[in-house]
Amino acid sequence: MSRFREPTAFQAPNADWQLLPFRFERIDERILLTNLVGEHLFLSGDEFQLLADGALPADSPLVRKLRAKHVIREGSDDLPVELLALKARTRYRRLAEFTSLHIFVASLRCEHSCPYCQVSRQSSDREAYDMSAETAALALDSVFRSPSSNIKIEFQGGEPLLNFELIEEVVERAEARNESEQRNLGFVIATNLALLDKRVIDFCRAHGVYISTSLDGPADLHNKNRPRPGRNSWELATEGIQRVREELGVDRVSALMTTTRSSLDRVREIVDCYVEQGLTSLFLRPLSPYGFAIKTKSFDAYDVDRWLPFYEEGLDYIIELNSQGTPMVEQYAAIALKKMLTNDDPGYVDLTSPAGIGIGAIVYNYDGDVYASDEGRMLAEMGDTTFRLGNLHRDSYEEIMLSDALLGPLEESFTGSAPMCTDCAFEPYCGADPTYHHATAGDYLGRKPNSGFCRRNMAIFKLLLDRYESDPSTRALFTTWATH
Amino acid sequence: MIALRGKTTASTLAAPLPHSVWKLADSGTLDTQRRSRAFLLDGGCAAPPSFNLYLARSTDPRDDLPANTVRLPPELDYLSGGDVLSVSEDGERIRVLWRHRSRQNSILLTERCNHYCLMCSQPPKTANDDRLLDEAFELMRLLPRDTMEIGFTGGEPTLYGTELVDLLRLCTNLHPEAEVHVLSNGRRFADPEYAAAWASIDNPNLMVGIPIYGAEPARHDYVVQAEGAFNETVRGIVNLAQLKQRVELRVVLHRQTAPALPEIAEFIARNLPFVDQVALMGLEMIGLARANIPALWIDPTEYADELVEAVTLLDRSHVHTMVYNHQLCLIPRSVWPFAVRSISDWKNEYHPECLRCSVKDDCGGFFFSAKYKMSDKISAIEDGQAEPALLALGAD
Repeated sequence: MSRFREPTAFQAPNADWQLLPFRFERIDERILLTNLVGEHLFLSGDEFQLLADGALPADSPLVRKLRAKHVIREGSDDLPVELLALKARTRYRRLAEFTSLHIFVASLRCEHSCPYCQVSRQSSDREAYDMSAETAALALDSVFRSPSSNIKIEFQGGEPLLNFELIEEVVERAEARNESEQRNLGFVIATNLALLDKRVIDFCRAHGVYISTSLDGPADLHNKNRPRPGRNSWELATEGIQRVREELGVDRVSALMTTTRSSLDRVREIVDCYVEQGLTSLFLRPLSPYGFAIKTKSFDAYDVDRWLPFYEEGLDYIIELNSQGTPMVEQYAAIALKKMLTNDDPGYVDLTSPAGIGIGAIVYNYDGDVYASDEGRMLAEMGDTTFRLGNLHRDSYEEIMLSDALLGPLEESFTGSAPMCTDCAFEPYCGADPTYHHATAGDYLGRKPNSGFCRRNMAIFKLLLDRYESDPSTRALFTTWATH
Repeated sequence: MIALRGKTTASTLAAPLPHSVWKLADSGTLDTQRRSRAFLLDGGCAAPPSFNLYLARSTDPRDDLPANTVRLPPELDYLSGGDVLSVSEDGERIRVLWRHRSRQNSILLTERCNHYCLMCSQPPKTANDDRLLDEAFELMRLLPRDTMEIGFTGGEPTLYGTELVDLLRLCTNLHPEAEVHVLSNGRRFADPEYAAAWASIDNPNLMVGIPIYGAEPARHDYVVQAEGAFNETVRGIVNLAQLKQRVELRVVLHRQTAPALPEIAEFIARNLPFVDQVALMGLEMIGLARANIPALWIDPTEYADELVEAVTLLDRSHVHTMVYNHQLCLIPRSVWPFAVRSISDWKNEYHPECLRCSVKDDCGGFFFSAKYKMSDKISAIEDGQAEPALLALGAD
């Protein structure tokens, strides 16, 4: 007789399985299950029936899969709960370090006149539309009230380089202050690069400032989106990108695209443009429904269902490029995949819950108004000041951060308790977007069946899961994106 | 295969030896410290005075050995000054505790264990062997200050409880620069107090290697033949990590574990991503593994896909991953950069086919025990360029 006991000796004797918190969604023939922290697995209909009926056997490949993913546990077994708690704590640990991104609207003025832009002004009146040194000093006080050990200050506009003196002053003051604060401090200038010159380059080199710019794709598309005198926005942007790469370093510049109706048939060309510029990431963005975009109907011109094929084609093309040795990351997928495949939540403002407004990013407008998000500032430009939290000249940090304008939407939009979100298998991957739903549905929650946000994100999660499950090399690529 | 124990063929002991642990001195190691020194006679040279024990090689020409001399069996003739031995009271049984020329010494602390793993290379025994622990304490005092690597193994060393902590504290205090590696099943660390005692050793060079054989209890508990093992082991790993202790996870690959490798890797990446390293280890066909060949044997080429997937997932999740004990010709080239020469020198062998292989020097080769069962797919690689293989800590 063997000294060894058979595998059956180690199975759960009574099949006394208890369900741990999980959610599910039927996708074609299979059932997607996600556990409390977003680990996923697919079951067949028959397997799911066994689980639902409480008819699981003592041991089987199915039982092992469900136990490994912390969907079920044996009655007396506390370890799965402890591990779930550990993973959930990891996922939410960022909340204690709130507000790491601080946006300074250095100037509303811009020499571009983009039709979808909600905020910028063609003006030479510096008094009226530039942030003053006094306002910037108050904003810096607010920055360092944030408990976050990572602080990023981003200069936006308009075109912030039109008020470069202010950028210089804020950077130098922040650095001086950080000698005692000892935060992990970084700076970004979001610019169209048209005004890039030696002074800017030298300053960015000396202070480690990063550049974020706009690149919508091929020259004709970009220049159509972004009119300026000379019709040379693309030429100036790409020259600027190369200059920053060569004079500051390849990793010091990144680009964002705006998607318009004209982009929809041209995603491969757009990706190719990024590859040609030597960029290794791009963000296939939907067009936001705010500001002039709503006014001019350039948002209504296409809806989520027209955008999704654009995204799918772009994603597949990027996967193909990677498989052929050209590295390129699609940033939105990378954010979603981090939430799907790791215990981390990158806290991306538009895809996190509690929402990222105020506690992920905060906006200091040129005039001292404080907004919960960049979109909130754009709504205000259209006359809707719902997301204005206060003004630096009038209100204290406490009054701003504890204002109803911030706490109300944070609480009401939380996906852990939002109707339909609480039952959604994708909830761990998704986020709350009170600004979007306020703008489109009139309240912070929205009605999920009508929500373009919900529709778009559900489709993206399904697409990512489908590609992840279908091929080991895509699985490896997605793991890299999720963990980079 | 290098022998680590033997029986003497003749001895001239006047009285039972006063203690068991002896450090060898020879004519080349003039050492004024005489604590626990035995002198290794060189050829026909005269024995220097004042040693309590002398050892003569089997080739020593003398028929009449000097007083208090033990003659080594031929397989231990390789011993030299600096090595440390355990010699039984009557001089008959000799065990090698430390070979100073090797970087792969592993110190056996006990043969008792609360697991009975299907593939155990060191089948557990029940007899009290506390003397192994006593010898380890003495060994710590005899090792030179410049010792760089010290490995402890069992059995299950944590069965000693706080005595193991005491030993490791002594090791840490006497050899602060040494990398110290302990093999344990990790269950004892499920007790937070024990984990805290371990952490109080406060040695940044201390790492514990803990095996994990599944992503849920049924598979792991079957492989280690102990109910409740998985839960305690995983809890132990978490406790150690929370105290910032270094942990290596070890997965021995055989028919019961290799097919589940991707899900084990996924479990590690998601639940235990904080571990310092993961070692995916080829099976050593010795001990209980030999008795279980039908249940355990799987040709490494059969789990090539699972190995690639697991290594890729772990590596991209930033978990430092190594593949131990695998012959390069049996694993996909994408895994080569993770392959480590991990088989201890004293039981390392090569196949005749290896002699014409271009990557032999980078390959782990075989366990001596591979003669009992090995893949029939071994074949020389003619065009190989392997990454330089690393030397493993806590080698097997």
